Amino acid sequence: MRYLITLTRTAQPETPPPAELMAAIMQLGREATESGVLVDQSGLSAMAGQVEVVGGKLTVTDGPFAEAKELISYAIYEVRDAAEAVEWANRFMKLHRDMWPGWEGVSHVYPLMTF
Amino acid sequence: MGPADPIRTIEAVWRIESAKVIATVARMTGDIGLAEESAQDAFVLALEAWPRDGVPDNPGGWLTTTAKRKAIDQLRRQGVYEEKLRELALLPEPSPEPELLTLIFTACHPDVAVEGRLALTLRLLGGLTTAEIARAFLVPEPTVGQRIYRAKTALRKVPIELPPAEELPARLASVLEVIYLIFNEGYAATAGDSWTRNDLCFEALRLSRVLAALMPSSSEALGLQALLEIQSSRLAARVGPGGEPVLLPDQDRTTWDRLLIRRGLSALARAESTGTLGPYGLQAAIAAVHARALTFADTDWARMAALYQLLAHVAPSPIVELNRAVAVGLAEGPEAGLKIVDNLKLEGNPHLAAVRGDLLERSGRAEEARAAFRQAADLTRNAQEKALYERRAR
Repeated sequence: MRYLITLTRTAQPETPPPAELMAAIMQLGREATESGVLVDQSGLSAMAGQVEVVGGKLTVTDGPFAEAKELISYAIYEVRDAAEAVEWANRFMKLHRDMWPGWEGVSHVYPLMTF
Repeated sequence: MGPADPIRTIEAVWRIESAKVIATVARMTGDIGLAEESAQDAFVLALEAWPRDGVPDNPGGWLTTTAKRKAIDQLRRQGVYEEKLRELALLPEPSPEPELLTLIFTACHPDVAVEGRLALTLRLLGGLTTAEIARAFLVPEPTVGQRIYRAKTALRKVPIELPPAEELPARLASVLEVIYLIFNEGYAATAGDSWTRNDLCFEALRLSRVLAALMPSSSEALGLQALLEIQSSRLAARVGPGGEPVLLPDQDRTTWDRLLIRRGLSALARAESTGTLGPYGLQAAIAAVHARALTFADTDWARMAALYQLLAHVAPSPIVELNRAVAVGLAEGPEAGLKIVDNLKLEGNPHLAAVRGDLLERSGRAEEARAAFRQAADLTRNAQEKALYERRAR
């Protein structure tokens, strides 16, 4: 089964991401690749545009947007079940908790309708 | 919605970590059977401890440490611990080789019978149970148990280490073959009613990714990964709504999995960048010709026929020739294909009869074509294939 794991930041500390965290994220990515389960991933830059339908009205808004809550990366995992995908998301979030004080965010795990 | 079920979490951690735990303990003790039992013991302890104390911060480390301790307890009970320690003291300091890769090479050791290699690989690297392996291979559970038992017995005489350089090509060939056979077992079920068994394909694909990630400069490891990514991209397309097989020309290419194709093409490019392509790399290059064609009619059959010629050169086999006949038949016309088919020694092979049937039909020899499809239907053991050939024999 294939799962999309998104990472959304909800609170940004003043400090930049510690080098230690970046190294740990790389290491986790390596482990997931060597487990044969991480099949796609990318970081996202700041949102560039938004197209919205509300009450039958279409509104197009150009970026940049000043949002505290922002989707910042996604990864696609191919694993046997949802619990496994959640476990990888858990490891990813644990690194943030342990290595970047003040940072808050949420990871969502969605099954993709393929395979 | 609710808090995560700790048992499901433990099972997920187990599936992620078990191969690494077994690999580490196997390298420490030199005993695959003991390593597997100790890892199992650690899993059972986790099932007791984690729901009570919470999942540890480093669950893989917890399982490994616990499994090591269990292995040492077991050796002590058998009274061989001191002897084992003396043995270990005499050995040179183990080189920091990747444990997981060592376990893969050990499970696929040529001293083990092929069925044993497949079962042991699925069990140790894939974390499948004996019952799951039996279901996947459509054999009784005790048969799989026997195969694993015999495999472990054969491995007692084998040192658990990466093969020395001079043995590496042959040992790697065995690893690649095991992964390929697992995939094939799922892809083209030789018996029974199920046309594909996707779980086996998925597990083989995952193992090929593991191997390619651990051996990133091996052309054939990358080639096998590329092949399996591209073949897997068509798994959904090759089965119709009633479970019937849909052959390549009739597949809806919009249902091919683009992510897997992209990954396959990128692994193939990495294999090509090593400067050589082996048999798996060439098969991947052939699969890529299909993947790159937007419609069946767009297929570059001349390139395909040339790649089959190369493949026939590095890995001669009647099956490769049969596939070359199909490509040549489409590149140069059915008569050219028939010329190859008629020289093939593949009596009793249903696919040969079906390919002949197709080439004859396209040369306008309808009666001979029907006879060939009837023969194909009689020969195949796959119920879905049989139905397909019978339709074409009418």
